[in-house]
Amino acid sequence: MTLFLQNARLIDPEALSETTGNLVIDAGQIAAIGPMSAPAGAEVIDCAGACLAPGIIDWGVKIGEPGERHVESFRSAGMAAAAGGVTTIIARPDTAPAIDTPEVLEFVTRRAADLPVRIRHMAALTKGRAGREMTEIGFLMDAGAVAFTDAEHVTEDAKVLNRAFTYARSLGALVVGHPQEPGLSKGAAVTSGKFASLRGLPGVSPMAERMGLERDLALVEMTGVAWHADQITTARALPALERARKAGLDVTAGISVHHLTLNEFDVGEYRTFFKLTPPLRSEEDRLAMVQAVADGLIDVICSQHTPADEESKRLPFEEAASGAVGLETLLPAALRLYHSGALSLPQLFRALSLNPARRLGLPQGRLAEGAPADLVLFDPEAPFVLDRFALRSKAKNTPFDGARMQGRVRATFVAGRKVYDATEGRA
Amino acid sequence: MAFRARHLLGIEHLAPEEIRTVLDLADRYVDLNRRTVKRTDALAGMTQINMFFENSTRTQSSFELAGKRLGADVMNMSMQTSSVKKGETLIDTALTLNAMHPDLLVVRHQNSGAVDLLAQKVNCAVINAGDGKHEHPTQALLDALTIRRAKGRIQRLTVAICGDVAHSRVARSNLILLGKMENRVRLVGPPTLMPAGIGEFGVDVCDDMRAGLEGADVVMMLRLQKERMDGGFIPSEREYFHRYGLDAEKLAYAKPDAIVMHPGPMNRGVEIDGTIADDINRSVIQEQVEMGVAVRMAVMDLLAQNLRAERGRALVEGSYV
Repeated sequence: MTLFLQNARLIDPEALSETTGNLVIDAGQIAAIGPMSAPAGAEVIDCAGACLAPGIIDWGVKIGEPGERHVESFRSAGMAAAAGGVTTIIARPDTAPAIDTPEVLEFVTRRAADLPVRIRHMAALTKGRAGREMTEIGFLMDAGAVAFTDAEHVTEDAKVLNRAFTYARSLGALVVGHPQEPGLSKGAAVTSGKFASLRGLPGVSPMAERMGLERDLALVEMTGVAWHADQITTARALPALERARKAGLDVTAGISVHHLTLNEFDVGEYRTFFKLTPPLRSEEDRLAMVQAVADGLIDVICSQHTPADEESKRLPFEEAASGAVGLETLLPAALRLYHSGALSLPQLFRALSLNPARRLGLPQGRLAEGAPADLVLFDPEAPFVLDRFALRSKAKNTPFDGARMQGRVRATFVAGRKVYDATEGRA
Repeated sequence: MAFRARHLLGIEHLAPEEIRTVLDLADRYVDLNRRTVKRTDALAGMTQINMFFENSTRTQSSFELAGKRLGADVMNMSMQTSSVKKGETLIDTALTLNAMHPDLLVVRHQNSGAVDLLAQKVNCAVINAGDGKHEHPTQALLDALTIRRAKGRIQRLTVAICGDVAHSRVARSNLILLGKMENRVRLVGPPTLMPAGIGEFGVDVCDDMRAGLEGADVVMMLRLQKERMDGGFIPSEREYFHRYGLDAEKLAYAKPDAIVMHPGPMNRGVEIDGTIADDINRSVIQEQVEMGVAVRMAVMDLLAQNLRAERGRALVEGSYV
């Protein structure tokens, strides 16, 4: 089956360029890019000037299987991803039970077999994500784990981490950390400062992120492990990251789109859909992070998709669950950075697609001949008002409910197959 | 209409004009409360429910008395022993109570923002009787009334708020109210008991009590919770009293006619010396309690008026049954 996508605005995150042209998909791969005409027998899709970019690789998606299928199943997450232009889900292991044995990993791999999009799993770094004993990193890699993380749980015992990092290093495993000083951040619901004090909410100093990062980077230096920070959200942490890079450590970093587009004041009158981990930061921090993404110091933008049911959010702020769904809103939210002039579209897709693929050793994320035909076709200008009940995720906890957004996915392709078409609702 | 609010959730939402309206009406209730027959019928036929998720004796009895003197049917619900213990969520509790058609709901809760949340789910007037570390608006209003009666005004005064500001909803409501009424506020206490970002509030912060009291018209002491005394936030009770306890020597730095306030219950010998608390020339602590009932009567009266007006409008429009 050959597809011919014509008259597209081609977003190439590798060359950091955008051109108008055509793209041929054959046998699940990008066969040709350029001004050529349609090959004989190809199905022609007229993009009418819409953007065509490598599909998004959303790194750090929580799915409720096993344990909390009522908030998100593989099926609902798959549909949400396809509708959001996410062609590869990198799932988190903070399930119940945690994905910490090859058996559990095989279970979720089987459960996730029929998704419209690709999915790869991260496994826990320590058993039960408890920070005491390392998991069977070797077996888990054999079973397909792409990285190892305890999600937002921070291991306090540096000796445990030292051993886990050393062992992971010997196998070439990638470790994903959550930089946070656990003592300082304990019990915190928001970032400390004027807003937290006015609302009377327990806050964590933004310094807790830098302290956690500094410790983890020291362990990376000791062990030589390949390491990725799931989210760096504060300006004070950036110099440490930059130093580590300059020293040649194998370190990358991500950030959630929420921390790039919202700030602490969005919590307003105790709106729990804005309660996130780490909490939303000051506007100064947000601007510094946007700049860090533009500069390439922060590599990856993700959604940190964390479904939570209504009951766990309809509580007093301190007691409410943390996290937001994001698979479907990642692209329109990220496009706010394009519309504000902070990032070009190729820069955006460098962080959404190219960098996560490279870091995880996946062949996707590129708009190049021979690359897998995982693509998102979208209109970056199309305006809409988000209705959370229209989301495909089972849980509807988005901070963007009622928000004016710009940018809609028209179609999503995975391995050359159209898995979502906006005109049909779903493929 | 000088008082527009539907609920009293915090001082933050009130305009200076609304604050003045409450204080003016409260002054009249002070007079009423000093008579032998203290009853009016401002709330006759209305139902007031006091929901206290956190223990309170003085605030709850003050609200209860205020409601009864206004002629309301008052019910106290002790939430510690109720269905909350059986796992019911705050919202379900609110909806259950709402179905009983109360007109005024007085709520205290241990979580900041919990009363706001509850107010969104009920169709009666809600009064915040203290939520977590957020606000305690009737306390700030009664403090303002006490100050206005003692000083003759509630503007252009220097007010020192001393002690555990970080954990105090009383301090938060007071500094918002005093700021709105154009007073100068100083926060005095050890830095471990000051909230983060306090420098951005437009107040002066002093960790030296003598400097903090210098020239003050009003010295407002805060209660130090027992559980914060041992090493966590301050080294010890005795060191705290030595540095931040209000005694005659430190009070001498304030103006000679400065008044001393405390929201109660007091820890004598921890944040305040007993002789200061009992000095009838300086301490207005008993007046604060008296003003508390009057201010709560005024607030409930005004909210009830708004509730009646709203329902009257709805009746005319035909939507209220």
